Amino acid sequence: MEYFIIIVSAIFVSNIVLAQFLGICPFLGVSNKVDTAVGMSGAVLFVMTIATVVTWFIYNYILAPLQITFLQTISFILVIASLVQMVEIMLKKISPPLYQALGIFLPLITTNCAVMGVALLTIGKDYNLLEGVVFAIANAAGFGLAMTLFAGLREHMDLMEVPKGMRGVPIALVAAGILALAFMGFAGMV
Amino acid sequence: MNQWVNFTKGFIKENPVFTLLLGLCPTLAVTSSAFNGFGMGIATTFVLMCSNMVVSLVKNYIPNKVRIPSFIVIIASFVTIVELVMQAYAPSLFKALGIFIPLIVVNCLVLGRAEGFASKQSFLSSLIDGLGMGLGFTFALTLLGSIREMLGAGSIFGFKFIPGDAILVFILQPGAFIVLGYLIAMFNRLKKSA
Repeated sequence: MEYFIIIVSAIFVSNIVLAQFLGICPFLGVSNKVDTAVGMSGAVLFVMTIATVVTWFIYNYILAPLQITFLQTISFILVIASLVQMVEIMLKKISPPLYQALGIFLPLITTNCAVMGVALLTIGKDYNLLEGVVFAIANAAGFGLAMTLFAGLREHMDLMEVPKGMRGVPIALVAAGILALAFMGFAGMV
Repeated sequence: MNQWVNFTKGFIKENPVFTLLLGLCPTLAVTSSAFNGFGMGIATTFVLMCSNMVVSLVKNYIPNKVRIPSFIVIIASFVTIVELVMQAYAPSLFKALGIFIPLIVVNCLVLGRAEGFASKQSFLSSLIDGLGMGLGFTFALTLLGSIREMLGAGSIFGFKFIPGDAILVFILQPGAFIVLGYLIAMFNRLKKSA
């Protein structure tokens, strides 16, 4: 039951993109087509889960016992950056097809605040390891849901007659606002 | 390079938020009131200015291959300083900004200026570029925060001038997207006429 609440609240009630504003750059940047949106979401799912596990161990077994938790910003960003590099190299060796599908999105993920944000939120909420993993996967799913929905909207929007000044980013932002409004309907569900 | 042009370009011509679309996560998340937007802007300005200065000083000693990780460490150190200082002297602001203070580290604006500007230019130009870009960012956040607070709560910087209720949706999440969308459209128009 506990895990169910974590999952529902992370995907719908406080969606990572539309309610917490994490990962806006890829949300606006690579959401032109549904295919790329799905690829990016897969890469985020992969990295976010691994990053949350690794940072959880670093925080609870290195930073907290030594009482140097103020170093969490520096250590987390370094860990995430090197992790992305490692994942990229390993994926290239182990599973070339997966690398083909996710490869171009991986370097972009280092500066994706969603990954670092979920790692920090997991620490802030005092989750244990299993809860942290569930939380990370659910957040990645929420990211994927928002990305794919929005990419579908944008594909349709390309065919619309939009006023000249609003074309491109402005109309995309207004559409995202309306999508966020729709997601607010989930508030109070848990 | 003319330093005055270098300083003022961050406000309209190369405004980080409205024109370059950098650092949108904190822009949307913390601007539910003008004061929060202003606080976030100043914190980012400090980090941007200091990291630009240090990067331009050490640029000749860093091997090209490891420059991005080195820049990230430099930025992260200044973010930690801001985090600790704000926690000590402005605890209510620190609470309101939440995880977006440590997340300055992954703000593409800061790394973008370090990589794109400070790693090639002199110390003084980098300092002025950091200050100008930072103040442009602060200006954008304060403007967005003021408009949202005005429409959503009928006040600016906590000073209430419209009695009664206002349109609450503007200080909730959807309002952030919608107001920013219209502001970007407006700035596109301004840029064309300027």
